[in-house]
Formats: sequence, structure tokens, C-alpha cells
Amino acid sequence: MAPLLEVQGLNAWYGESHILHGIDMTVGEGEMITILGRNGVGKTTTLRTITGIVRARKGKISFAGTDMMQVPLHKTAHKGIGFVPEERGIFSTLTVSENLMLPPVVAPGGMTLNEIYELFPNLYERRTSSGTKLSGGEQQMLAIARILRTGVRLLLLDEPTEGLAPVIVQRIGEVLKTLKERGMTIVLVEQNFRFASRIADRFYLMDHGQMVSEFPVGELPQRMDVLHKVLGV
Amino acid sequence: MTMIFGIPLQALLGQLLIGLINGSFYALLSLGLAIIFGLLRVINFAHGAQYMLGAFVAYLLLNYLGIGYWPSLILAPVIVGLAGAVIERLFLRRLYDLDPLYGLLFTFGLALAVEGTFRYLYGSSGQPYATPPALAGGMNLGFMFLPIYRGWVVIVSLVVCIGTWLLIEKTKLGAYLRSATENATLVQAFGVNVPVLLTLTYALGAGLAAFAGVLAAPIYQVSPLMGSNMIIVVFAVVVVGGMGSIMGAIITGYVLGIAEGLTKVFYPEASNIVIFVIMAIVLLIRPAGLFGRDA
Amino acid sequence: MADITETIRTEKSRTALSVQAGFLIIGLLLLLLAPFFFYPIFLMKLLCFALFACAFNLLLGYTGLLSFGHATFFGGAAYFTAYTVKSWGFPPELGILVGVLGAALLGLVMGFFAIRRQGIYFAMITLSLSQMFFFFCLQAEFTEGEDGIQSVPRGHLLGFIDLNSSTNMYYFVLAVFLIGLLIIWRFINSPFGMILKSIRENEQRAISLGYSVARYKLGAFVMSAALAGLAGSVKALVFQFATLTDVTWQMSGEVILMTLLGGIGTLIGPVFGAGLVVTLQNYLATSEFPVTIITGVVFMICVLIFRRGIIGEFYASRLGRKLGFVYRR
Repeated sequence: MAPLLEVQGLNAWYGESHILHGIDMTVGEGEMITILGRNGVGKTTTLRTITGIVRARKGKISFAGTDMMQVPLHKTAHKGIGFVPEERGIFSTLTVSENLMLPPVVAPGGMTLNEIYELFPNLYERRTSSGTKLSGGEQQMLAIARILRTGVRLLLLDEPTEGLAPVIVQRIGEVLKTLKERGMTIVLVEQNFRFASRIADRFYLMDHGQMVSEFPVGELPQRMDVLHKVLGV
Repeated sequence: MTMIFGIPLQALLGQLLIGLINGSFYALLSLGLAIIFGLLRVINFAHGAQYMLGAFVAYLLLNYLGIGYWPSLILAPVIVGLAGAVIERLFLRRLYDLDPLYGLLFTFGLALAVEGTFRYLYGSSGQPYATPPALAGGMNLGFMFLPIYRGWVVIVSLVVCIGTWLLIEKTKLGAYLRSATENATLVQAFGVNVPVLLTLTYALGAGLAAFAGVLAAPIYQVSPLMGSNMIIVVFAVVVVGGMGSIMGAIITGYVLGIAEGLTKVFYPEASNIVIFVIMAIVLLIRPAGLFGRDA
Repeated sequence: MADITETIRTEKSRTALSVQAGFLIIGLLLLLLAPFFFYPIFLMKLLCFALFACAFNLLLGYTGLLSFGHATFFGGAAYFTAYTVKSWGFPPELGILVGVLGAALLGLVMGFFAIRRQGIYFAMITLSLSQMFFFFCLQAEFTEGEDGIQSVPRGHLLGFIDLNSSTNMYYFVLAVFLIGLLIIWRFINSPFGMILKSIRENEQRAISLGYSVARYKLGAFVMSAALAGLAGSVKALVFQFATLTDVTWQMSGEVILMTLLGGIGTLIGPVFGAGLVVTLQNYLATSEFPVTIITGVVFMICVLIFRRGIIGEFYASRLGRKLGFVYRR
């Protein structure tokens, strides 16, 4: 079966800076992939380039058979790609419920509002507060929740556990596992590889704007030395 | 004759009414400016010209097509809004990535060109526009005489201001606008067609200005200069109010209009600069503006 | 506190300097010989507006502040000079001094308020305050309202040079223009000017380095206002009147156009911009075609596709770069 997402030779620039030097990556439907790497190697840029936020890009991005390089930014979601940025992007001038309802439904199969409130009961309680009055963990839940309504097939998550308490991190892990069981394809950028190792199927290791290594979760124990060296943990 | 602070009550209330009417226009226009600036980050100097265009379209519709006031209230904003949409689509959007001063300079040039054209065609004097018969005449309220049209202007502008506020704060479209103001890229990544939203927003702003122009036509006469006289004062209004808040722009418009009216009663020589003086004072004590959120 | 001047690279190579020197000499010769070929009044008008535009560019191009109220300084100084020379019998040099000081004072006040807000608000505040001054001029007694101050005597410079002679007046105006340009040039290249440049490029960094940014901006504002005032004062003597037109927002808009057209941030760009605009206005004055429409259209075209202006485009062109010029914006 053809992979859901196929990236080949992806290069990207921020102004004059050449960040991505030929990324190769495939993601099968229903898989959960984690991209590991130190700060500044281009993990976030990879997600932003696939989404189409970074337009100075060359190479091949194929999603469900569609060439994404030609797709304008405001059509990317409609093709089925959802993006949760590192900074979460919760809007302060919108209430929690407005934030939740903001991304338009792009395909059938997304969660209903009730299902979402069941998964995230605290969002229901806080639904009339301003979005940014929530705690960091709650904002992260909201950022993930609002994409779930839309029916996208691929979820790109940039460092969802960054700066969050262990209890919240665990909760997010449970949410992601539930999503995976429902058939969602997920690409995760994470520095916390212990968290990722509990839920991901495959890992990509990134350095200096390129993928330097790829391995399934089963091989993780053997790779710990390399990981320690490259990630500096 | 009742006197308040040494001024006859009739005169005081008469000036207050004028102040309220001016305030209505200030509110409508600063509302449009704030909406455009909030999302597009462009100071629309052409706002005054669009106000003038609204009045002129009403005038032309009446004198060439026999279309009266009531349809013009809808038609003029739509026409001017469409023209605005074209301007945004073709020209303004190329300037978004640049220093905001270029947006100001471009719309300044646009204002000059539009005003110059109408000044060439119609001279500097005003054309009359008759008050619609349904709103002609006045009512004697006992303590003052209220021209019906003036009362209408105050009421309808309040309705439109609040309606616009409701549109922005309470509807889905408004949510798109507010979120795009905070982070346009992310909203686009969600699948919202932000480029179209930008065009619509500019058209809405231009349409609001044109609507104010139609309202103004029977009161101020239709003159090519009405826009530039207005826009400079409205700029001061938005500096006082700050452009971060829609409700703030509306309230500031009315308050400053009334302040101007009161000044005319007690200290007439200062009436055309009182708003600028208030602006200077606000700058001293609260630089971000009364309702400002950005610095 | 780090010496920020060391981090500013010199932008002109040796070739550019000698080429510039060449252009300078040619330009100087042209200006000295011009009155034999063109009407002196036209040339003097050109020089006054050129100085006005260069003064304005000091604020926009070198400090990054867009003022929409520079007519206040230009026209205000014209009024001050016209009044003192006509009604108080001041000699021309003293009248000009009054004009310049008056403009500087107005600049201090306007700048003080405007600097309290950033960016685009700054422009709107200058516009509002300038409008306030316009209304003041409209109503004040000494400006004689719509008529303006007429029949301003040119007098004798330093007591013996009769400025009623067109030739004398021309060379005086030329001298003032050159001195003004020299002052601007020295100012830009001074430590003060370097700090202004760093503020324009990265204000946060300048603040973090400990510079009192507001004070520097205000200093630039006052300097720009004073020099604009110098241009206005001289203009009052050239044309021998001062009118409301000189303090309107349209005049403020005109000087912006001159600078934009000529090249924001270049030293002589505004001179060319002023030259073009004044010449164009002269031609159109006789025809019926409305100048405002053309001004507006030129503005729009410039902003869309000609942002670097005449001199900016030249600096950035193949020839310009070959000659060693650099245009950074």
C-alpha cells in the first residue's frame, strides 16, 4: 500500500538561511512517527514546510497521491493535513468554544463536539473563558482538540509535551493513543523521546536539516547510545 | 428661557445634537478604519475618499438614474465596497509584507487621485442632496426642536455600529476575522481562505465609510472636499481610542463628537481643534490610547 | 556601553567616493551657471523645495520616522520670517534665524507628542498636530488668514547685499541650500547620526545597548524641522509672501512624494525628487489638468513599483553598483 505521506528531497529556506537539506520521509496510514533531534536542526521547519507555511521550498511532498507543492496554504487542511504548532496558537480574542469551532470541517470522519468534550471534559467546563486564560496543558489539549473536529487524516504535532507537567504529558499520551486507535496518522516532533517511545511506531532522527537515521520502536534500546550522542541527553 | 452655565438650554441641546451627529460619523468612520487596520495592518487614508464617494454615488444615482435615498443606502456601500475589493485585490495586497508606511502612502495617493478627480469634475463647492421626504421636518420635544433626519442619523448609525460589533464579536465570520488578526498564517493553515477574508474586510471598511457618506449627504452637502476634512479628524479619534478595540473606536467617536459640540457652545474658537487637543492630552497620560491594546 | 559606531560598516567604496566627488563638482558647476539659462525664480523655488525634501528625508530615510506634518515647519517658518521682516523691519538674516528657531520650537513640541507612539500612529499624530497648526494659522491675526502675508521685502543681506537683485538672491539661496546639505551630510555621518541609523535598523537592540531612543528621535525631529524651516524662511523671501497653502496637509504630502520619488535614504535623492515635482507643477500650472490627480497616481505607482526612487534605483542598478554605490533598504 502506498504511504499516506511521502517526502523526497525536501529543501526549505527561511529568507537566506537554508534550513532543510533534502529531507526524505514516508508515513504509512495509521502510523505514528516521531521526529527526534536537537534544537535548531529543522524539525519544526519540516512540519511547517509540509503544511505549506514555509513557501520557499523545493522537492516532493505527496499526500494521499496529491502533489502538495502546488497547493496554496489555505487549501492544505482541505486535503486532510492538520497542524498543531509548537506555540499552540490559541487565540486570546476567542473563547475556548470559539477556538474549538474555528477550524472548518474539511472531511467527514472527524470527532463530534460531544465526543471531543468527552475526551476533554475540562474544555467543556471552561468553554466560555478566553482561550488564553487556560493553563498550558489545557491550551495544548484545546490545540489538539480543535483539529480533531475537522476530519483531517494526518496530524502534525510540534512538541506537544513541551513545558508541561508529567501528569498532563501522560494525559496527552493517552489522547494520542486513542487517536491512533481511531486510525489517525500522526507525525510527532518531540524532544522527550521517552514519551514518544511509549506511543510511536517509528522514529526519524534529524540532524543539520537532514534525516540521519530511521528505525522502528523495537530497535530503540539498541539505538540509545547514538541517541544520547546526537541528542546530547 | 432656561439657562445652563449661562447658555440657553435650547442652544446647548442644539449643539449637543450636532455633536452627537458628528460623533455618529466619527464612530462609523473610526470603526471602519479600526477594522481595516486590525486585520490588514494598513492605515486606510482613502477612507475619507470612500466616505465622499458614498455621498457622490448617492447623488449620482439620484440625478442620473432617479434612484432615491433608501436604495442608495444599500447601493452606495455595495458599489464603493466592490471598488475597494478591487483595489485590495490588485494593489493593496502587494504591500502587506512591507513597512506599514507604504500602505499609508498608497492609500494617501489613492485619496488624492479620487478627490482630485471629483474636484476636477465638480469643483470645490458642494452639491445639494435633498432630505428624503419620509424623514423631513422636525418634532417639537418641548425642551428642543429635533429635526427628524438628524435623529434618524444618530439612531441608524448606532444600529450599524452595534450591528458591526455584533458581527465581529459574536459570529463565525467575526471569529475568523479576530483570529486572523492575531495569527493569519495559522488560520490559513486551518483551511480558512484568509486572502478572501482580507478582501472582504477592506470592502466592509470601505462600505461602512460609504454608508456614512450617504447619511451625510442631506446634512453636509455632497462636496469633493468632505472626505479629507473628515479623515484627519478621524485619525485623531483613532489615536485617542486606540485601534485595538471595536467598541473602543465606537465609544471614542461618539464621546469626541459630543466634546466637540460642547466646545462649540462654550468656547467656539477652539471647536475645530478641540479633538486634536484631547489627542495631545491623551498622549501625555495614556499613550496607548483609551482602549488601546497595542503600543 | 558598546560603541555602536564601530558596528556600522562604511557603505561606500573608494570608487564611489571619487565618482561622487565627480558628480558633486559637475552638479556644483551646473548650479552656479544655471541662472544664465533658466529663470532664477524657478531655480530658487527648486532649491527651496530641494532643501525641504532633504530635511524631511533626514527624518524618514535616516531615522525611519514618517512625519505627515512637515508643512508646519516649512510654512510656519515662512510666516515667522515674513512677519518679522515686513512688520518688524528685521534684516533678512535675522528674519531667517527667527524662522528657523520658530520651526525648531514647533518641531520640539510636535516631536514630543508624536514620539510617544510608534510607527504608523506617529504619522497620524503629526498629521493631527499639523492640522491644528493650520487652523491656528487660519484664525491668527498675524498670518492675515486667507490672504497671507504679502509684499515681504527682501532687504539687504548683512546690510549691503541687495537681495532684490535676482542674481544676488539666487546665489544667496544657493549658498543656503549648499550649507543646509552640508549640515545634513555632517549630521548623518556624525556619531549622533550613526546611532539614529542603528535605531532605524533595530530599535530594540539600541534600547538594550542603553541608548535613550526617544531623545535621539526627538533630536532628529528638531533638526529636520529646523532645516525645513530654513527652506521655508528662504522661500518666503524669494516669493515675498507666506500663505496658508504652505501649512496644509497637501504640502506635507508633497514633500513626502518628492522624497519617495527621489529616493528615501539617499542624500541627493530628494533633490531630484523635488526637481521633478516642481518642474512638473510648473508645466501643469498653465494647463487645466488637475495636479492632485497626477500627484496621487504618481504616489501609487511609486509605492507599488518604484519604492527605491530615482537615485535609489540608480544606486541599485548595474551601472550604479559598478560605480561602487550601495543602496540598502
